[in-house]
Amino acid sequence: MIDLNITWFLLVGVLIIGYAILDGFDLGVGVIQLFTKDKEEKRINKNAIGPVWDGNEVWLLTAGGALFAAFPIVYATVFSGFYLAFILLLVALIFRAVSFEFGKYVETEKAKGYWDIAFSLGSLVPALLYGVAFGNILRGIPLDQKGNFLGSFIGLLNPYSLLIGVLSLAMLTMHGAAYLTLKTEGKQKERMIDLTGKMWIAFVSLYLLATLASFFVAPFLFENVFKNPLFWVLLIVLFVSIILIPVTVRLKKNGLAFLFSSITIGVMIGLAALSLFPRLVPSSIDLSYSLTIYNASSTPRTLFTMLIIALTGMPLVIGYTIFVYRVFKGKVVINKESY
Amino acid sequence: MDAVLLARIQFAMTIGFHFLFPPLTIGLAWILVLIETLGWKKKDLVYIALGKFFGKLLALIFAVGVATGIVMEFQFGTNWSEYSKFVGDIFGAPLAAEGVFAFFLESTFLGLYIFGRDKVSKGVHWFSALMVAVGSTISAFWILVANSWQQTPAGYVIQNGRAELTSFWDAVFNPSTMPRFWHTFDAALISGAFFVMGVAAILILRNKEVETAKKALRLAAIFGLVVSLLEVFPFGHDHGRQVAQTQPEKFAAIQGLYTSQTGAPVALFAFPTNKPPELKAKIEIPGLLSWLAFGDVNARIKGINEFPQDEIPPLFLTFVSYHNMVILGMYFIFISALMTYLSWKNKLWNKKKTLKLIAWSIPLPLLACQLGWIAAEVGRQPWIVYKLMKTSHAVSISVGAGEILFSIILFGLIYILLLITLLFLMNKKINAGPEPVQIKEA
Repeated sequence: MIDLNITWFLLVGVLIIGYAILDGFDLGVGVIQLFTKDKEEKRINKNAIGPVWDGNEVWLLTAGGALFAAFPIVYATVFSGFYLAFILLLVALIFRAVSFEFGKYVETEKAKGYWDIAFSLGSLVPALLYGVAFGNILRGIPLDQKGNFLGSFIGLLNPYSLLIGVLSLAMLTMHGAAYLTLKTEGKQKERMIDLTGKMWIAFVSLYLLATLASFFVAPFLFENVFKNPLFWVLLIVLFVSIILIPVTVRLKKNGLAFLFSSITIGVMIGLAALSLFPRLVPSSIDLSYSLTIYNASSTPRTLFTMLIIALTGMPLVIGYTIFVYRVFKGKVVINKESY
Repeated sequence: MDAVLLARIQFAMTIGFHFLFPPLTIGLAWILVLIETLGWKKKDLVYIALGKFFGKLLALIFAVGVATGIVMEFQFGTNWSEYSKFVGDIFGAPLAAEGVFAFFLESTFLGLYIFGRDKVSKGVHWFSALMVAVGSTISAFWILVANSWQQTPAGYVIQNGRAELTSFWDAVFNPSTMPRFWHTFDAALISGAFFVMGVAAILILRNKEVETAKKALRLAAIFGLVVSLLEVFPFGHDHGRQVAQTQPEKFAAIQGLYTSQTGAPVALFAFPTNKPPELKAKIEIPGLLSWLAFGDVNARIKGINEFPQDEIPPLFLTFVSYHNMVILGMYFIFISALMTYLSWKNKLWNKKKTLKLIAWSIPLPLLACQLGWIAAEVGRQPWIVYKLMKTSHAVSISVGAGEILFSIILFGLIYILLLITLLFLMNKKINAGPEPVQIKEA
């Protein structure tokens, strides 16, 4: 039976996946910017995401809002528990958000350089932190019987979570490179094809390592999933799409490569969510203290109201988002309106 | 310092700073819709140039609004987790609705508006400007729904240790939502009008594209006059009456009514003291407050003395911010009426001092917004949700004072940097001026 709580587990998952795929590539572009030397290429990178990054980031805000509305206890517990990590994330996102407009209008090369670094670090830090946060959720955080967080900031920086952080960074950088193959030409494009392949190797190795680590760090994640047919379906889809990323990128089917990179991210998060289900935040003190989709949720009335809001609003959003992406489709052309 | 006070300082600082930008964005976006309509329908190159010019300024302001707005979405969880747990069943929905119905709309179409001018048809481009304005306005609506529910909660029942939703529409259209929405939305339009007027005045003073600037100033002046008048009546009046009926403590505090009276006066000017609560050096109009609030010069209005001592808001701050907001409101009517007259009679253009005054008036509507917000939020204290939850019970228990202090300092420094950079870049952008318009020789 799919009840409202499960529906909202799925919907929050969809919002997080939407965010990871969409803002994921522009965070990845920001990371790549850090290692791009050529000024013209830097400019192309920035303008490749210029018109769309802001809309992409809204997926994060909406996921945050939906989490607050559907699972307020999780929102309150995790956000206050990860206090300093969130402050760091917010600072990075603030700098990133203003770096586009500010970098466009400052005059000296030096000042432009500073805002460019703000853009890169503002992308790198979130790409890493999302993974660290996700890693902590997967392994469980110290929650007492009342669901209060008893941990510390340093406690969040454990090896397993850092590993997931680096995995997230590698994955989003690969995704950003795959996106840039669609937006660039000539040598820059060749380099992005090459980078997609390299980051793919890093990503796959880290993913295998992280899965292995999960067996030891969070065995409860594997308790039920093997019996679930959906798990096997997702696993096969993941396997196929991961294999197809380097294949398609070498064949210069760049659109497909980006598609498979997107599917990989989506399915990976889906698998992680499936292994958590029905828990949202496991407790590392005692699994029975965990926050679940039932003990941390809003009332059925609120969940139902929210469902109506999501079902009326999101089709519109997806419709005009696709429209705008089509307008800006194709290679980046620098003009006087550009960043 | 204790964690509650620090958390309040942080919230006030981050939201106060953020609240400089949405009113400007909303106001400017609607004026841009007007400008783009004129440019599109009349094929008037002057308005097209103005659209491009103010569009770039909008993008800058919007960017800082987005950057500082991200903090808002998360800090209920980070700093006010007990509050979030208590109200999550009701308060989360408007925030999520804001994302779904508003943020996507404004962000997606702003990209199209700024970068798509030559990529889409004129109609679609105009539509994108409209969607930025509509999106930012819907955003204001949902935020005011959430905040108004804190002022006058409705559609809930207290159950399982929290507020649980009983009627979504009652919660959304609680008694203060609409009065507060119109009042705030119109304040945003005034902010936009004064921004455009002020920037046009700067262009004229600096002798940049003067003819183009004149058109902008005329348009903004008449727009500003209409919205400034509407702000007093009906919007300000309606909101005031609603507060009198739904939050009598707040009403008494902002009006400086410290003892209950029939035929209560409006204090035009006074200096309030806290202990004992008293208005010094006051100038009053007898009976006016009773008439405004209840339509009867003899109506009895409750004073601060009638409420429990631990349920009254700070008196000095609420009185002073409310009254200064009202004074500024009067100033906006006066200035925009004067500008409408002078600009349409062509008597303004060589009056340097007047033009300077207009330029320096740009921040005043934003100041009025801040003052109104202070009166509204401080006037609700000691409650975070009126009569349901006290602010002191709402903070995160797992966050220490040191952590909050650290983040206050960090955000403070960043916001100073952002503000300085923004002002510097806006000045530069204004200096560059709108693009020249070729006037065809007859």
